[in-house]
Amino acid sequence: MSRALHEVGSSVAERYDVSRIREDFPILHRTVHGKPLVYLDNAATTQKPNAVIDRIVRYYTEENANVHRGVHFLSELATAAYEGARTTVKNFIGARSEKEIVFTRGTTEGINLVAHSWGRGHVGEGDEIIISAIEHHSNIVPWQILCEEKRAKLRVIPVNDAGEVLVDEYAKMLNDRTRIVAFGHASNALGTINPVKKMTAMAHDAGAIVVIDGAQGVPHRPIDVQDLDSDFYAFSGHKVYAPTGIGVLYGKEALLDAMPPYQGGGDMILSVSFEKTTYNALPYKFEAGTPHIEGVVALAAALDYIGTLGIENISAHEHDLLTYATARLQEIEGLRIIGTARQKASVISFVLEGVHPHDIGTVVDQEGIAIRTGHHCAQPLMMRFNVPATGRASFGLYNTREEADALVSALRRVIEVFR
Amino acid sequence: MSDLRELYQQVILDHNRNPRNFKELPNATRRVEGFNPLCGDHYTVFVQLDGDTIRDVSFIGNGCAISKASASVMSSTVKGKKRAEAETLFDTFHKLVTGGDAGLSEAELGRLAAFSGVSEFPARVKCATLAWHTLRTALEGERDSVTTE
Repeated sequence: MSRALHEVGSSVAERYDVSRIREDFPILHRTVHGKPLVYLDNAATTQKPNAVIDRIVRYYTEENANVHRGVHFLSELATAAYEGARTTVKNFIGARSEKEIVFTRGTTEGINLVAHSWGRGHVGEGDEIIISAIEHHSNIVPWQILCEEKRAKLRVIPVNDAGEVLVDEYAKMLNDRTRIVAFGHASNALGTINPVKKMTAMAHDAGAIVVIDGAQGVPHRPIDVQDLDSDFYAFSGHKVYAPTGIGVLYGKEALLDAMPPYQGGGDMILSVSFEKTTYNALPYKFEAGTPHIEGVVALAAALDYIGTLGIENISAHEHDLLTYATARLQEIEGLRIIGTARQKASVISFVLEGVHPHDIGTVVDQEGIAIRTGHHCAQPLMMRFNVPATGRASFGLYNTREEADALVSALRRVIEVFR
Repeated sequence: MSDLRELYQQVILDHNRNPRNFKELPNATRRVEGFNPLCGDHYTVFVQLDGDTIRDVSFIGNGCAISKASASVMSSTVKGKKRAEAETLFDTFHKLVTGGDAGLSEAELGRLAAFSGVSEFPARVKCATLAWHTLRTALEGERDSVTTE
């Protein structure tokens, strides 16, 4: 580690008091099978701080009403909270305007919205859509459906043995038939952080639009959608310490404005007659039906909470955990880490010689440790690395080096049982 | 730790390390693939039927210790049995791993008894029953693949 990095590391440690931060997450105080909970499944979903839990309680205790409807006091209060949250999200990811922030159910719905609404109008027979080999199923299947419907071609950027996208191969794939390039900011299964800014610029040079699956990006690093210049950026609330069932699709205003609605219903219309419906303005055109108001206000509370800790500090803390845990896990004989990209989010996928990941999961669970085992909704990726499944430890803002140690001890226990 | 020892009994660890009948069956009359999509368990079960008798049975594939040991024990248990007997054994086994009363003593259950600990781990019931579901599908002879989902 360079001296400069080391200095950054120690100053972060002073500012970032993880034991105090853990106090903000009540679930971290519970036990599992009589052992303290060690929650290392943050890439699946994160735990919620009191700031989020209390915000939900306050919403239902003091503010609950439908939004954009009534003239009554509570409706105005709920609407103000809902629209205030949109501003919070806009600021958090550096969008130009609230019109570019569409609330969805999650990353998956955001990607489907783009595939359906932009894709159907712009992708035709013989056109091409490019994704990468390390995508989550939710960034594969919507494009397959679109390609099938339009007789377009889905092309897949290969990755090297470290799990890094081969940018030279990607460059060769881009051509004047490329309409959409879609890739993850970071891989949920391997942790690989893609060179998203570079990949985006390359797609734009070829005249394609870019859709970024940011589910594993937003929790771990500062996001500036204008700097990235991505056309669409989707993420999920529950991976950034907010509830499930709420997500965000960022889209450039000009693109969103020209797109037809995704779903029909309430809130997305200005006027309806049986002859003609006039759609509402952005972003409401894409928010049909009564939205997940509680989820939206809680998402804003989560982003505010992250703001108080500082996303750069979280990023540095998680990077420290990644480095530490990687080194500790490598001490275990027969353990192989799958995904060794130079740029990684705090996700470690691994296999243990002679022990199926599912058995690893059960044994470490008995020690109170939650990890994910399986294919991580990335089956093509598992095939690429010729493993049926992996174990995956993913670290969040509240994890500690001691928890990485606990995982290492539990894995030694696994070896004891199966040897 | 006691629960864990209950789950991973010696019989299971042994059958996982040295699975019995772990090969293809060239004379198989039925061949069915079984998947457990969530964990990636994947086996092919081969059955050689002679009228109503399971003359031979084998399997190949990959999966966790529970699923592999269960396939191994299943294969050695049903070999030589009538179809109806194999069906009854599956029912018994299913009750055992889901915590119901199998209605048989440990001696009568034989090696199947090693899977009694699975009932404490609901997430692992699918693993334990995958090979049995696959066998049942093979005996029915109507489909060539089955999943536990």
